[in-house]
Formats: sequence, structure tokens, C-alpha cells
Amino acid sequence: MKITVNGVCHKLADDMGARLLSDWLREDLGLIGTKIGCGIGVCGTCTVLIDDLAKRSCLLKLSDLQDKEITTIEGLANADGSLHPLQQAFVDCGAIQCGFCTPGMVLSALALLLKNHRPTRDEIRQALKGNLCRCTGYQQIIDAVELAAKKLYPSNQISI
Amino acid sequence: MKKAFRNDAIAKVTGRAKYTDDYSMPGMLHALPLHADRSSAMIRKIDVSKAAKMPGVLRIITAEDVPGEIKYGQIIRDYPVLAHKKIRSSGDVLALVVAQTRAEALCALKEIKIDLKETPGLYDPHQALLPDAPLIHPEHGSNICNYHRVRTGDIATGEKDADFIIEENFSTSRVEHAYLEPESALAHLRPDGVMEVIGSMQHPFSTRRFVAATLGFELKDVEVRTVPMGGGFGGKDDTAALVCARAALCAYLCERPVKITYSREMSMKESYKRHPYDISYRMGVKRDGGISFVQVRMVADSGAYCSVTPWVTWRSTVQCSGCYEVPHVHSDVYGVYTNNIFTGAFRGFGSPQVNWAIEQLVEIAAEKIGMDEVEFRQKNMLKQGSVTVTNQKLDSHTVSLKEVMDKVLTEIDYNKKHELCSFGDPSLDKWYGIGFAISYRGMSLGAEGVDMNSAIINVQPDGSVLLESGVHENGQGSESAMILIAAEELGLPVSRIRYRMPSTSNIPDGGTTVASRGTLMGGGATTKAAEILKSIISEAVKDHMGKSVDRFEDGWILDDQDQRICSWDEAIRLCYSKQIYPYAFGVFQAPRVSWDEDTGHGDAYFTWVYGCQAVELEVEPKTGKITILNMVAAHDVGRAINPDMVKGQFYGGMTMGAGYGLIEEMPLREGAVTATNFHQYKILRSTDLPEMTAIIVENPDPLSPSKAKGIGEPTLEITAPAIANAVYRATGRRYTDQPIKIRRDSEDNG
Repeated sequence: MKITVNGVCHKLADDMGARLLSDWLREDLGLIGTKIGCGIGVCGTCTVLIDDLAKRSCLLKLSDLQDKEITTIEGLANADGSLHPLQQAFVDCGAIQCGFCTPGMVLSALALLLKNHRPTRDEIRQALKGNLCRCTGYQQIIDAVELAAKKLYPSNQISI
Repeated sequence: MKKAFRNDAIAKVTGRAKYTDDYSMPGMLHALPLHADRSSAMIRKIDVSKAAKMPGVLRIITAEDVPGEIKYGQIIRDYPVLAHKKIRSSGDVLALVVAQTRAEALCALKEIKIDLKETPGLYDPHQALLPDAPLIHPEHGSNICNYHRVRTGDIATGEKDADFIIEENFSTSRVEHAYLEPESALAHLRPDGVMEVIGSMQHPFSTRRFVAATLGFELKDVEVRTVPMGGGFGGKDDTAALVCARAALCAYLCERPVKITYSREMSMKESYKRHPYDISYRMGVKRDGGISFVQVRMVADSGAYCSVTPWVTWRSTVQCSGCYEVPHVHSDVYGVYTNNIFTGAFRGFGSPQVNWAIEQLVEIAAEKIGMDEVEFRQKNMLKQGSVTVTNQKLDSHTVSLKEVMDKVLTEIDYNKKHELCSFGDPSLDKWYGIGFAISYRGMSLGAEGVDMNSAIINVQPDGSVLLESGVHENGQGSESAMILIAAEELGLPVSRIRYRMPSTSNIPDGGTTVASRGTLMGGGATTKAAEILKSIISEAVKDHMGKSVDRFEDGWILDDQDQRICSWDEAIRLCYSKQIYPYAFGVFQAPRVSWDEDTGHGDAYFTWVYGCQAVELEVEPKTGKITILNMVAAHDVGRAINPDMVKGQFYGGMTMGAGYGLIEEMPLREGAVTATNFHQYKILRSTDLPEMTAIIVENPDPLSPSKAKGIGEPTLEITAPAIANAVYRATGRRYTDQPIKIRRDSEDNG
């Protein structure tokens, strides 16, 4: 069984198949940016990208992930250590408070921006619906995603 | 655009920030609690024989193993670290399983056999008040956990003066904090004999007291260190501190590092909630619009333990008549023990309950005399120099109630939109409503307790600065606020200042980071420390360079002719070369407050903040669905240290407050929570909210060294009544029980 995480290919023994992706990421790979808030796939803090789609890692078993490409929050920053424009936008817009939802929130937003280069605020709200935040009221998070879209895809016109 | 500042933003946005559960230690064990899951019983026997033989299990710990105090508490010591002989709450922990892995501990929990005798429980605080009710804590002598009152003027006179007397009952719900990070703690006994603890808790010093009491240690032998915390909102005090104490207990008994990380289910089962209140008001009004008296009785369900109920209900007592001048006031406020899951600190702390009621009541009163609700509020509201119902004169700061109200009503265009309200018009398939609420709020702890804080500024030989204060980073950005205050005072860029993660062994106990007091008290101490430091440096410059320092700016020390004397770094080098430490310890003590328990009179808080929020919404008559269309808030914060973070408090508070009004309610069955995760206990999501407008009002407070006050709680405490008032104008019906559940006409006939 092969699973790629943040560009690194991991070969796994077959008896690992029942292990939860979230536990494997946190405990075996030390990728602690993936958080566990509810353990039942409702809060979104464990969100990762699987082939560019936002998924809840606390619900997935490794056996479901054969040959998949997984991106965690640790895989976003540029090779030189600088922040991804989406991460930078979260910083600049004051979108971070306690930070526990932040990794999942960033990844859900990234999944949106990969397929929709100029989302409306309503579309951003829809895309983040699965990620709970108790601190921010979401508003500055939505500001951040809007700003990141402008930075990432400056040539795109606003879609109506 | 000025960018937001947070010292921890990069660590959090890259996933590198390490919360408690992200830490591990060599040889670390895992422990988990067994909850009682029933609310009233006598424990006959806890049989661990089978569980102890389960794979990976090292030890099973019960109350008999506790070397120190079994029960502890911040006010009344009634909260057991492990239940002993008696179960009073479904959240009681009967045993702790310590195992090699968390999974093994989880398996073994199921094999512990409990032999107990269930006893009748008390689940209604009004029944608990009856004379023949069994006592939850016989040693307390009563089920009344505490009682506060206000006696101002004379109600009989107020009744005589009244043209109308309005009587109304209100109730508020039991609410889950729903911080996204469940409780977690990691403890180990250091070789020097100190029990070191990190944990997801919002009061390191309170946690240290819980740990020390449980182990029978002195405070010097426990060191609590802080790591990033995934939300608290008042909810990570007692329970979170006990989780730390239990981890320490396990580490002490097993002589290995032990981590306890709760599942969401464990967290919701055990952690305290917001107090539900039953509130009965009588209000007298005169035809000219004046309020002649307020008489109110409040019963707050404390659940099985005291926690901070006396302090929560005290705030309700002080603010029992809302932000209005009332000549005759008679209030009785009870905190009552039951076998329900217990209640404690929660953002707002006794004010959201009162505001839910009083901000509807004033509108009912206004309507009764045919006055509009804006004019009625203007007539009765506290103004500069007003005297509060507890006999406190508001003259030390700007009383900006009218200013915040005017700003909100103008921004939302209240008068015009008021005419569009549907009032339940049966010809419409969507009802529109607009509503608002106002409040005042006493800042910091007030006469609740000792109110001081300290800060240490320790300049290093290279001119870089280590700063710490007795304030805890709950996620709100308090460290960033402290850094910004120090940077401004010292004339340095924020990059030169590092906030040192404090430890309880390094800085004096600064009290809990609650009551919206972080920026006020910690910022006050930081300002004081910076002033002391500047005088130390100025004296060194005067003595050794012969020049008088006027100010510190942009990394330079300047004289009063705007001439640079030397750079900051040169001044620091000078200090060290002359054997002077550029080190300062600053203290801010809250100005004097007072309280008389008998009359309910006193200068309850040394300063106050003022706020107004308005809401537009739509109600679907067929489904009862409420959609919020717009929310606007104005709050006087004194001075905004970090405006983007202040706005974050606005948006977050309004969102939490909207959830409180609309959906949030922790259901109980015989005292035990029946919603144990986020699929059952719902909080608002991004799609449930409109765009919000935050209006920051700044009237610098003379009694605050940094001129800042607070913002965490005011933002939450008036959203729900603003919604209720808007729902009234949409539906034509008053909803006095919270959360609001729209009645449909068909239900009325049933």
C-alpha cells in the first residue's frame, strides 16, 4: 500500500489498513497540524486534502487511501519556508484566534480556490460550512479567502 | 491596509503550533476517566479486578489513592477530583485508567464494574429550594449555594409612583462552551521534585492550586506552563484544572509522565455549562416614560458543584436592572445546587441572562405606555454622572451609552427599517424584523475578588526584550496586545519583543484571564513595567551621558529638542556596562471597589463599558425558520490596542450570542447531558451568518494605564435580546424563553 503525503511517498504494511488517517498523520508521521476536535467528522479540524478535495481525516482508514495524494497543513508553505498566499492572507486579515480550526479551515479554503479562482463570499461560506470555528464568527476568515483569491489569481475577473 | 498583528499567527497557520495533545514525552503513559453517567447514587464498590488485567493497563486509580485533598474548588471546596462514596453528578469521575496507549485505556474503561445504589436526584432548582428537599451537599447545610441582593429605595413607593406594572417571566438555556480543543493535560514529576504540568486550561494559577491540593504539595512544588489553547470562553477553568490535577495524580502514582486527552464526548459529559436562569420581573413605569421600580427574582441552576456560581450571580445582581436609572430596586438572586451537570464561568458571566430579560422588558414597558423603544431607553439610560442601582456614581470615565446606541441605529438605518417590520402579517410568506439591545458592563472582577496583575520586562544585553505578564493567552490575542503596548511605550518594533510563555513559577499569580480583564489588567501592568524600565534607562543616560531623556521613539532615545541622544541598543549596552539591569517589574492594582452584601450597595466595578447591537432578520411563518440578515455592533473599548483582534472579538461574540438566542441548548435527562458531540449540540456555521459590521468606539479610560478596557464579553451579552426584539417585530410575538423556538399557528390551537 502506497500513500503520498505532502509529496513524500510512504509504503505501508497491509495490516495498517484499519488505522485512521488522522491518527497515522499525527502519531506516526508527527504531522500535528491535523487536529482532532470531535472524532466523528463534524467539526472539520482534521480536514486534509485528498487529491485536492477537502476530506475529514478522522473518518478515513488508510486502506481507503491506496495511491492517493494527501496534503496536510504542513505541506502548504513554499520550499523556502515562506507562507502560501492563502496562509499569508489568514495572517494579514486577523483570521486567526485560538488557531485550532485554522489548519482545517485553510485546507477547506484551498480546495475551494483550486477549483474556483474567484469565489463570491457566499461561495466561500458554503465551502467552509463543514469547518466549525467558535472564536472568529468566520468573517475575517472569509475576508482572508477573498484576499487570497485576488493574490493567487490576479487576472481573473469577478464572476457574476 | 494595516495588517493584523499576532505573535503566534505563523505558528498557527502552518500547523506548527503545539497544543497540549501534540506533546509527548519518553515513557509517557495515557490515562482516561470513567464517568458516572448517572446523577445521584451511593458508590458501594468499584471493582477494577478485570480491568486491571487488560492489555497495557498499568494502574487504575480511585478516590482512595488521592494523597491530598479529594475535593477542591475556587470558592467552596465541593468538587471531587475523583468521586468518593457519593455520586452527585453524571460528570463525576469514578476512576482513572492508566495504560501504555490511549486505545488500551479506552478498552479497559469498559471493564470496570461499578456497584452502586441510585438515589432520587434533584433536577429542578425550584424543587431544590423546597424545605424538605434532600441536600446535595449536607455539609453546606442548604441547597442554596449562594444568595445576593440589592435593596435600593422602597418598592412600595415605586409601586405608588407607577402608572402601569408589568410582570414577566424569562428563562435562559444551559449552553456548552464548545471550544474546539477538548481538555488535555500532560504531567510529569521532574527530578527536582517539581510536578510540571502543561494543559489546555485558561488559568495556570488556579490549575496549580488544584494540582497542589490533589497531591498535597506546596505551590512551589508545582509548575504549570502554558502552551497554545484551542479556545476557552470561560470554560477551561475548574474542569480543565481537574483534568490537569488528575494527570498529575497519575504521574505521581505511576512515576511516569502521563497524558490525559479527552474525547469530545468526555468533554461534553463532564465540563460545566452556562447557568440557566429563571427570572421573574416586575417593573413599574410612569406615563412620562420613567421606570419607577424594578423587582426581580433570579434562580440560577448551579448544578452539582459551586464552581464560580457566587461570582456569576453577583454580576447578575449588580446589573439586575440593566443599564438604566431606577430609583427603587429589590432583587433576590439565588445560586442553587441540583444534581444537574454543573455550571460555571462562561463568556458573559451572568450578564447575558439578565440582558435577555431586561432588554425585552424595557420594550414591553415602552409599548405599554405608547412610547417608542428608542425614546424609552434614552429617557432611562445611564448618563454621565448617573448613579447606578447599587449606588455607584459613573463619573470616572465617559458614559457612552447614547453614543454607541446612536452609532448603531444610524448605521443600520433603524428608524426607516422599523416601518418595514411585519408584526406577523398573515398575508406575507416572509416576516421581516429589526431589533436592538444595549448594555453596560462592569469591567474586570469588581468586588468579586482580588484584582491585580503584574508584568516583567527583561531587556537582554543585545537590546532585545523579553516580556511576560500574568495574563493567559486563551486564543484571543492577549500576548499580541501586551507586545503592542510594550512596543509603543518603549518605541520599539514588535520584532524586538518576545512574549515569554509564562510559568506559574516565574511570575506572581495575576488572577484568572477572565472577565474581559486581560488587556485592561495585563496591559496596565505592562504599561507600568514599561514606565519603570524607561525611568531606569533614563537615569542611566542622565548619570553617564549627562543628558535628560524626553522620550523613546523608533528605537532612539530623544531629548526634549527632538535630538537623538543615543540608540536603544546603545542605551542598553550603557546600562549593562554600568552594572544596571534594564529590568522592570510592573504591577497594576485595580482601583478600590466596594460592596455591601446586605444592601447590595457599592462601587461594584472601577470602570464600565457600553455597547449596542442591532439585528435584522427574516422569519418563515410556515417553517419557523429564522434567517439573520444583518448584524451591527458598537462597543466602547476605551482604546483599541489591536483593532483587527478587537473586531475578531466583535464578530466572534456576536456569533456566539446569536447561537445563544437561536439554537443553543444543552439537553439533559435526569441531570446528564444527552448531546455529547457536535452532531447533536449544534453551533452556528459560516452559512448561518450574515455579514457583520463592527464599530469600535474609543473613549480612553483615565483609570486604565493603557487607556484600554475590555471587549471579550460585551460582544456576546446583547446579541440574543437584539434577536428577540427583532423576532417580536417580525412575528408580533414575544419569546421570553430562550433559545427562540418560533410557534406556528397550528401549534397554538393544540
